[in-house]
Amino acid sequence: MSSLHAGGSTPTVATASAGAVATAAGTLGERGHRVGRRAGPSLWHAGFLVLLVAMLLAGLFGPWLLPTDPYTQDLLARLQEPVWTADGDWGHPLGTDHLGRDILARLLVGIRVSALIGLSVALLGGLIGTSLGVLAGYYGGWVDRLVSFLITARLALPIILVALAVVSVVGASLTVVTLVLGLLLWERYALVARTMAMGLRQAEFVTASRLLGRSDARIILKDILPNLAGNLLIIGTVDAAMAITLEASLSFLGLGVPPPMPSLGLMIAEGKENMLFVPELVVIPSGVLFLLVLCVNRVGELLRERQARKG
Amino acid sequence: MIKFVLRRLAVSALLVAFVSLISFALVFASGNPAARLAGEGSAADTEAMARRHGLDAPLIVQYGRWLVRAAQGEFGDSLYFQRPVSELLAQHFPSTAMLGLAAMLLALLLAVPLGVAAGARPGSWIDRVAMGLAATAQALPPFCTGFLLIVVLSVQHHWLPTSGFETWRHFIMPVIALGLFGMPAMLRLLKSEMQTVLATDYIRTARAMGLGEWQILGKYALRNALRPLVSLAAAQLGTLLAGSVVIETVFAINGAGMLAWTSILRGDFPTIQALILIFSLVYIVLTLLADLINGLLDPRVRVSA
Repeated sequence: MSSLHAGGSTPTVATASAGAVATAAGTLGERGHRVGRRAGPSLWHAGFLVLLVAMLLAGLFGPWLLPTDPYTQDLLARLQEPVWTADGDWGHPLGTDHLGRDILARLLVGIRVSALIGLSVALLGGLIGTSLGVLAGYYGGWVDRLVSFLITARLALPIILVALAVVSVVGASLTVVTLVLGLLLWERYALVARTMAMGLRQAEFVTASRLLGRSDARIILKDILPNLAGNLLIIGTVDAAMAITLEASLSFLGLGVPPPMPSLGLMIAEGKENMLFVPELVVIPSGVLFLLVLCVNRVGELLRERQARKG
Repeated sequence: MIKFVLRRLAVSALLVAFVSLISFALVFASGNPAARLAGEGSAADTEAMARRHGLDAPLIVQYGRWLVRAAQGEFGDSLYFQRPVSELLAQHFPSTAMLGLAAMLLALLLAVPLGVAAGARPGSWIDRVAMGLAATAQALPPFCTGFLLIVVLSVQHHWLPTSGFETWRHFIMPVIALGLFGMPAMLRLLKSEMQTVLATDYIRTARAMGLGEWQILGKYALRNALRPLVSLAAAQLGTLLAGSVVIETVFAINGAGMLAWTSILRGDFPTIQALILIFSLVYIVLTLLADLINGLLDPRVRVSA
């Protein structure tokens, strides 16, 4: 908390949005305390990195490698159980859903959809949030007050409700969901970029650049942004995980990725109906969603440790 | 202190104005709600609908009318229920508030002891358990936790009812699902605050004076970690309440979240506008309260403001 609060020249926002600052700081601010236990957790995190890469590769190439089509319905083979149960067979390793579609094939496409959304939302939100944050931190004054106000307003808006309302009005599609989430998830970048830019503004090398007569644009792009990159990347993992969770929630509520396209949230919603008979329909996509988000978060933690060791 | 309070109030009022504009504008962002009301009807139907709901006035006038009435707790009639939205809110909000508060309580009950212990003994087994729990809970969206709980506790063991909100037994699973989701941020915050505080000189002095470990943790360290915790908890409670949309759908709880979801599906825009505004208001009021409490607890907050 302390590190991010240090430069708070607009206390109203600093306190009002303390929640988000605290979340960011709670994660960013842990550095420096873990000198004693370096090898253990990093190894763990490296394991998560491998798992994440494996999942992403499976999502990227899996649908091509797997002979089964994720959209083909087979009403005679409805609700087949996974291979490890008594009734399962290798034709559908993870079983089939209520329309007889292969769960494994749908999961792989679902991972692809999640990854795509996580990445694009993190990029879009990062672009918006970083720009706003850097401008606020670098210029201060009314720019800072305006941006800080926007951050607080964004935090006040119930993100799921707003996203649901917009998607219901505009119409559900992959693009709409990505845009809506990207336009909503930028405040973490803005908070971190603002605080860091505020500190860097007074750094000696920035003063030197200014004395050399360099323009603000050049100072921001060449002197400030490169110093933010590490921390912004960490925020990017947090945001990607958040976007994946939100997309799953929206799709679960029927206003995310439109069917028949598989999405982890949609699979859970579809499995809900038959949960009493085949719990795997809900447990398997939930488990994959959990693993995906966990891996993204843990890789973020790995980056954080690396950053802490550097800084 | 008075200056601090006034200042925070002014910012909150500005926020409310801004957020109300957004909740109002959202529904109009994509064209004519009157046409949606008229459905398949002709242009004349659309026009009649527009007149009936005052949708023929300029947008800014409509917003003004809406805001003036909203300030009096009057959000118009729900298009679906044909009843005042304020009545619907009064009917649906209590269970959501109860759910949110109970989840918050659970989150605090887990986060405070674990966070303090983890911060006091970094690297110990309890720190590792706490951090593992935080990482797990953080990666579980509440609706997944909800379903996993249903599968284990209701489907496999028949211990708890799956849906509704009638008895305390209905309460258990949604509160766990939502509470676990709110816990990790507070746990991490407390841990890092404790670590920072415990490294300060005055704690060393307290130790040197021979104070007991419990006294140091409880009386000196925790108190200093309280201020950020109050801020975060207020924000988290606002988030948990808004997150009820998903969890209420999972457990078929007829609260404000469920009302929001069904209203969105039905295009019942007066209800949606009111709910988005109310959820934002709750967040703004909670964070305002947290700031005021912190202003009382810690004079430095008032001075810097």
